Amino acid sequence: MPDATGLELLAQRVREAVADDAIVGTRFEHGHATLDVHPPRVHAVLSYLRDSDDEPYGFLASLHGCDYLPAEPRLGIHYQLLSMERRDRLGVRARVTVEEPQLPTVTDIFPTADFQEREVYDFFGVIFDGHPDLRRLFMPEDYVGHPQRRDFPMGGEPVLFTFNEHKLPRWYE
Amino acid sequence: MEVTRTKVPGSKEEFRAKQLSAQQMLRGDLDGQDLDEYVEKRLLLSKLNEAQSWARKNAIWPLGFGLACCAIEMITVIGSPRNDLSRFGAEVIRFSPRQADLLILSGRVSIKMAPIIRRIYDQMLEPKWVISMGACASSAGMFNNYALVAGADKFLPVDVYVPGCPPRPEALMYGILKLQDKITKDPELGWRERYHAGGTEEFGGSEPEREDHARQDAESPSQDAGPDAPRR
Repeated sequence: MPDATGLELLAQRVREAVADDAIVGTRFEHGHATLDVHPPRVHAVLSYLRDSDDEPYGFLASLHGCDYLPAEPRLGIHYQLLSMERRDRLGVRARVTVEEPQLPTVTDIFPTADFQEREVYDFFGVIFDGHPDLRRLFMPEDYVGHPQRRDFPMGGEPVLFTFNEHKLPRWYE
Repeated sequence: MEVTRTKVPGSKEEFRAKQLSAQQMLRGDLDGQDLDEYVEKRLLLSKLNEAQSWARKNAIWPLGFGLACCAIEMITVIGSPRNDLSRFGAEVIRFSPRQADLLILSGRVSIKMAPIIRRIYDQMLEPKWVISMGACASSAGMFNNYALVAGADKFLPVDVYVPGCPPRPEALMYGILKLQDKITKDPELGWRERYHAGGTEEFGGSEPEREDHARQDAESPSQDAGPDAPRR
């Protein structure tokens, strides 16, 4: 894990190698380092982190989405990178809005991202530009909506517990 | 072909007496109490439908079909010598729905899986039974959300519900014994008509008439769980 100083140095190297606007910010929380990336630069940053000799993060351990509902931009896409050489992990995060949920795909550099991007598309509605086969992964093909967004209704059926019993008085009759 | 003759057990005189009484019966000489006695000695009487349900109950072949974590407990019931379902004639797992009698819904039923389960149920041949195992299959359990069908009985008839999360193997065994009781007594509760469960079997080449209805039933929960559904 790069420490807070190492993370700043890494961010600086990425800025120099890719573009000045590539890194929006850095976060170091709970011993976990995360780069905040400008969404259109995700592919460039990740391919730099994968291919550069200075940053050998060659393994995409996870790609997942997140919805930070009150905060804007709402959707966050997390890439967890793992470096086998350094025994080191690095998070990369991109934030997109619900109105324009567009990101470049990373399936050409990390083939494992294929299904994981489909999952994020299924549950959060993030469009990955250039993905070879962007279909729903878990929900039925004809499903409407993206159920893991926090403004999506929970669904299911109301169940009578003791805490909501008073809403249906004399239900037992 | 060589014919091998074996000696009939019992003495020669006993055998001769049996032979004579059989001859008498055939001639019509044996009647009244003698005839009753003769028949009672040699026959086990039962009604045909009772004999049929007795045979059915002791040869329930479950479908090898697991949905989620309850399937582990189901496998324990069927596969382990500790529980040993073969005592009740139900240990023969069939992996083809054509040969199976019992569908054990072991786990949560998602709205994507519901049409498939209904199709498997339709492929099974009569007589067939369904056990809904665990809280999830019976009522969506703890997963009361957009992804699951709250209760498998929304799209197929369920005979026995086994509560638990997951139920212990003993509970599932008890459910299967209850199902055996049900088969023996055969209480037609009218649910087959209610769920349009009859006549939905799929045969090669011909589309059953009720296919559309069945599919509608299976898909209706997905509409309930759509984005238009009211927030709880």
